[in-house]
Amino acid sequence: MKPPPFDYHAPRSLGEALDALAEAGEHGKVLAGGQSLIPMLNMRLAAPAHLVDINRLSELATLDVGPDGVRVGALARHAQVERSERVAAVQPLLREALRLVAHPVIRNRGTVVGSLAHADPAAELPAVLALLGGSVRLARPGVTRDVPAADFFVGPLESAVESGELAVSAFFPALLPRSGTAFREVARRHGDYALAGIAALVRLDDDLRITSATVACVSVGPVPVVVDVTAACGHRPPATADWASAAWAVQDRVDPETDIHATADYRRHLTGVLAEQALRDAAREATGA
Amino acid sequence: MSTKLFGEPVQRREDPRLLTGQGRYVDDLGAGALEVAFVRSPHAHARIRDIDVSDALDVEGLVAIYTWEDLPTLLAQPLPLLIPHPALTHGRTAYPLARDVVRHVGEPVVMVVARDRYLAEDVCALIQVDYELLKPVVGVEEAAQSAQLVHEDVPDNVGAHLIQEVPSADGLDARELIETAPHTLTFRLDIERSASMPLEGRGVYARWDADDRSLRVYSSTQTSTSVRMAIAAKLGLPLPKVEVIAPDVGGGFGVKIVHPWPEEVLVPWAAMLLGHEVKWTEDRREHFVSSAHERAQVQFVRVGFDDDGRVLGLDVNILHDHGAYTPYGIIVPIITSTQLLGPYKIGAYRVEFSSIYTNTVQVTPYRGAGRPQGVFCMERTMDHIAEYLGADRTAVREINFIQPDEFPYDQGLIFQDGRPLIYDSGDYPESLRLLKELIGWDGFPALKAQAAAEGRRIGLGIGCYVEGTGVGPYEGGHVQITSDGRVHVSTGLTSQGQGHETVFAQIAAAELGVPMERVSVVTGDTRRFGYAVGTFASRAAVMSGNAIALACRKVREKALRIAAEALEADPRDLEIIDGEVRVVGSPGASIPLATVAVLSNPLRYAFDSETARATQFAGASSFDRPPVEAGEEPGLEGRDYYSPIRSTFASGMHAAIVETDSLTAEIRILRYAVVHDCGNLINPMIVEGQIHGGVAQGVGGALYERMVYDDHGQLLNASFMDFLMPYATEIPSIETAHLETPSPLNPLGIKGAGEAGVIPGSAVIASAIEDAEGIRIDKMPISPSELFDLRRAATG
Amino acid sequence: MHEITLTVNGMIRQVEVPGRRLLSDCLRHDLGLTGTHVGCEHGVCGCCTVLLDGEPVRSCLTFAVTVDGHDITTVEGLAARDGTMSPVQRAFGECHGLQCGFCTPGFLCTVTALLRENPAPTEQEVLEGISGNLCRCTGYQNIIKSVHRAAEIMAEERRADADSEQPGEEIV
Repeated sequence: MKPPPFDYHAPRSLGEALDALAEAGEHGKVLAGGQSLIPMLNMRLAAPAHLVDINRLSELATLDVGPDGVRVGALARHAQVERSERVAAVQPLLREALRLVAHPVIRNRGTVVGSLAHADPAAELPAVLALLGGSVRLARPGVTRDVPAADFFVGPLESAVESGELAVSAFFPALLPRSGTAFREVARRHGDYALAGIAALVRLDDDLRITSATVACVSVGPVPVVVDVTAACGHRPPATADWASAAWAVQDRVDPETDIHATADYRRHLTGVLAEQALRDAAREATGA
Repeated sequence: MSTKLFGEPVQRREDPRLLTGQGRYVDDLGAGALEVAFVRSPHAHARIRDIDVSDALDVEGLVAIYTWEDLPTLLAQPLPLLIPHPALTHGRTAYPLARDVVRHVGEPVVMVVARDRYLAEDVCALIQVDYELLKPVVGVEEAAQSAQLVHEDVPDNVGAHLIQEVPSADGLDARELIETAPHTLTFRLDIERSASMPLEGRGVYARWDADDRSLRVYSSTQTSTSVRMAIAAKLGLPLPKVEVIAPDVGGGFGVKIVHPWPEEVLVPWAAMLLGHEVKWTEDRREHFVSSAHERAQVQFVRVGFDDDGRVLGLDVNILHDHGAYTPYGIIVPIITSTQLLGPYKIGAYRVEFSSIYTNTVQVTPYRGAGRPQGVFCMERTMDHIAEYLGADRTAVREINFIQPDEFPYDQGLIFQDGRPLIYDSGDYPESLRLLKELIGWDGFPALKAQAAAEGRRIGLGIGCYVEGTGVGPYEGGHVQITSDGRVHVSTGLTSQGQGHETVFAQIAAAELGVPMERVSVVTGDTRRFGYAVGTFASRAAVMSGNAIALACRKVREKALRIAAEALEADPRDLEIIDGEVRVVGSPGASIPLATVAVLSNPLRYAFDSETARATQFAGASSFDRPPVEAGEEPGLEGRDYYSPIRSTFASGMHAAIVETDSLTAEIRILRYAVVHDCGNLINPMIVEGQIHGGVAQGVGGALYERMVYDDHGQLLNASFMDFLMPYATEIPSIETAHLETPSPLNPLGIKGAGEAGVIPGSAVIASAIEDAEGIRIDKMPISPSELFDLRRAATG
Repeated sequence: MHEITLTVNGMIRQVEVPGRRLLSDCLRHDLGLTGTHVGCEHGVCGCCTVLLDGEPVRSCLTFAVTVDGHDITTVEGLAARDGTMSPVQRAFGECHGLQCGFCTPGFLCTVTALLRENPAPTEQEVLEGISGNLCRCTGYQNIIKSVHRAAEIMAEERRADADSEQPGEEIV
């Protein structure tokens, strides 16, 4: 299990990186944390002719935290984001989700933006971005565009990043007042990809009634499945909200597949169970917020 | 003996090197060696039409490409069938490189030698093999009914078929007794495949000395002596010209007892041919598809019993999936069918198995080696009887137990060593008492009710087993005390982490009365000890431990004889303490073992003042006798062998409390308790470690690990991402208690401990889940998804 | 080929590697530091874990060329210069936290970093800390014990250091 040969590029600036990627076009691949890419290379499931290593671009190892949200640079490692108190204060869901991403040693190396670009529907971070309505900033020489989460995840392991483009950062909106989030998942082993998982966001009005309730589902579709369950919950205080209906509504919207670890039916069932639990947790957070 | 060593938790002497990165595993050796990779079959069943290497020839760093056609006559034959058996009427083994037909994904087809492994893999990727696809045979029941054959000349895919019958005391057979029994139950049980999966894969590194025409091979094996014989035979070399060494080995658990693996003969062959060191290090993906798996069986059970749950007759029919080849014979189903009876005396027993070919990786022993399946069968049977009668599960077991005064107890079967299955000793009622106390069996109903009141589901399970350990035919030990007072111990079997260097040093130090620091131990190196069988079947401590003890006793006797002469004392008045031979009761009269060693070897040439004492003008010797007397040998050394009349039988009982999530169907083990009896303990710390590791593999096999093949014979989870070996987060804390019922069969009174922990895993967890859920659990492993399905089926 | 410079266990090492050379292979086969083991080459088993600028990472999921100029600590570099084993190494020995020893270097590196960051971890923190390392021999129980014991040894040593520094401060 050794990677196939490739031309290695080690740009020293973002400009150099974008030039290298543009030149490589469809034969190029970005190496950031490498925690998903290198296993694929070692198994020879991927064989890019050019690898553009962005690990020297410290200008991308950034975390910009503002009142509106968190902008995570392409070289910010999972662990860096997970440990940041400022990030946790602005958007606590990030830390909660990151703690479920693989294992601590993998998180030391893996990057948040890399996870998004990898677009694995079984991964936690795409669901977080989708739930929060964040976006990913893509760049090629002279052109930058922001792609909203809803358009970013195209299919399993397929994102809106085009060949020659680099995902330079991702933006996760802040948690608003009277809002709460939660992440729940069931994995076979601690740290494995989830059999099913739910990221939930609940907002309350000044009377502490639910004004919006949304979930993003993991591992039950080609991309993170976002479901608005506000209507199902009812415009009520969390204590009397119809969480069971909300869970049913989520279950109805997902289309999981059977694989060697779980049947589609079980995943659908889990999605319902976890949706209810995550929504209740998020509502509790919102009530306290 | 100065300090008590036998039975003490002595710290391991292996550890300092392993903790500092100074261990030497196969891939750590041979820095300049050429490296090997294989083109392996991507198909489960296919005929090779053509192999085209032309695209690969340009890769810089390529050294050689070999296919079956390149192999010399001896190597071009199928690999040995290691353990023939009369019931194995259609044993088949693979060629080192596939000849015309490949029979499982992963079978080696082309061998590539290159400057390094990266380049070798580049070459493999460019070799085109043209296959004609044949219909694969997957699944043991499908194979048993299929018209499609794995081997054209093996009808019905049946490699072996064996029936063993043990009639009751009054001569009735099991089927008759079941017919007339007050109660009968019939059910089916399933166990899926898992694998040994040591963290170090296999590996072979060979050096050919062209001047000396000798070969040295390092292999990550559980038997270096037998690998050596196989290599000598397959390469046509004189045995003394071949040395095989098992260096540090990163776990075995059974898979590395198989030999010679194709790579173990191909790599040395290439080294000879190329006149260059050659190495192959198996990668993880290769290990999944080209080593070995175990466990898969389907069992059909019929049992007859009385109102108290006493088993009157038991009839078991087993379909055993042995994969594409049978290099290790039918040891696994033999063990299943003979160890199935566990600690129980059964009225009459009939067991029949068919060992079936499928287009999957071959099946050879994995820790437990057929016992987990047998115990699963017996213990599920006990639970089903208890459920049927509304009796306590331990009460049903107890009434069937062999009693302490009934040993030796003859089960009437022929065991895996070809010898009668006679239990030597044990105390099953006491084990059960200890276990019930440890887990709180009697208080559990209250705990369960309390949990239920909180909306939680918990269940308690139990599993009992008896394990034949220390199978023959023999092991040997060699002990030499040199003139510096050091003690050099060697034995032929190999080590894979069991701490043999430590326990064998404990035994030798205790036997000889020397400080442990003076003892060094070498295992698995044919340069030091050429006769051995190997490390499997929980046999190393029993076999080599006793052999070393016997060799030490020989040396001790000789030392006392020589010292007696020097001290002008009666050998019976001597003792050895701290490496000194002393006259009991007269502290001044003593002689160090180092000096005894000098005196034991009459010399012409001295190399220091100490050895000068043994030269021919040093005086003292009698002119009437030769310097080395008839029947004596120079040197203070001894060699002895331990060859038991039959196996010794360890036993144990496990209990577990599990919680099943009523919503998510997740299964969590809350407590896991073990009572274990392996006779006298040499090093309780090491035995405990063996049990922990075994239990973890048992938990893996019960809840996480399985090999998932699709209908095309593709292994769908050939990676650590999808083959779910437990991490620390999945393994419960393990509570243990020991019972020590010495074995009367060997001088040290010990029994094997290596496999024990894994054996009842699936039985215990199934029992506990069943208790929590009130749903029959007859198929293991079980995942949350499967439990969810069972719940739905139960509620309709 | 790329000429790279690594500081490995405090020594500056220069080596020429192809872009695809995994750090694990570079350490083992180019630099002869075979204490770092390779168990899966897809990042799951943790045997190959080394410290990159003090942080544990998978050397099988890192290209050597990527870490040009960085600091690497392998199992060979955990002991003191005089060869005294580190508290973590000693604790694993004391508690029988290893059997075949193949996964051990990965655990040692992981735990060394864990205890540096969190000198007195709870049971849950220990579990989380070692949750990415597979061991097929020990059943983990004694590994967990070893981590707690290592924390204890380190605390004892810190106390001893503090005690021995006390009189020194008085003199100053």
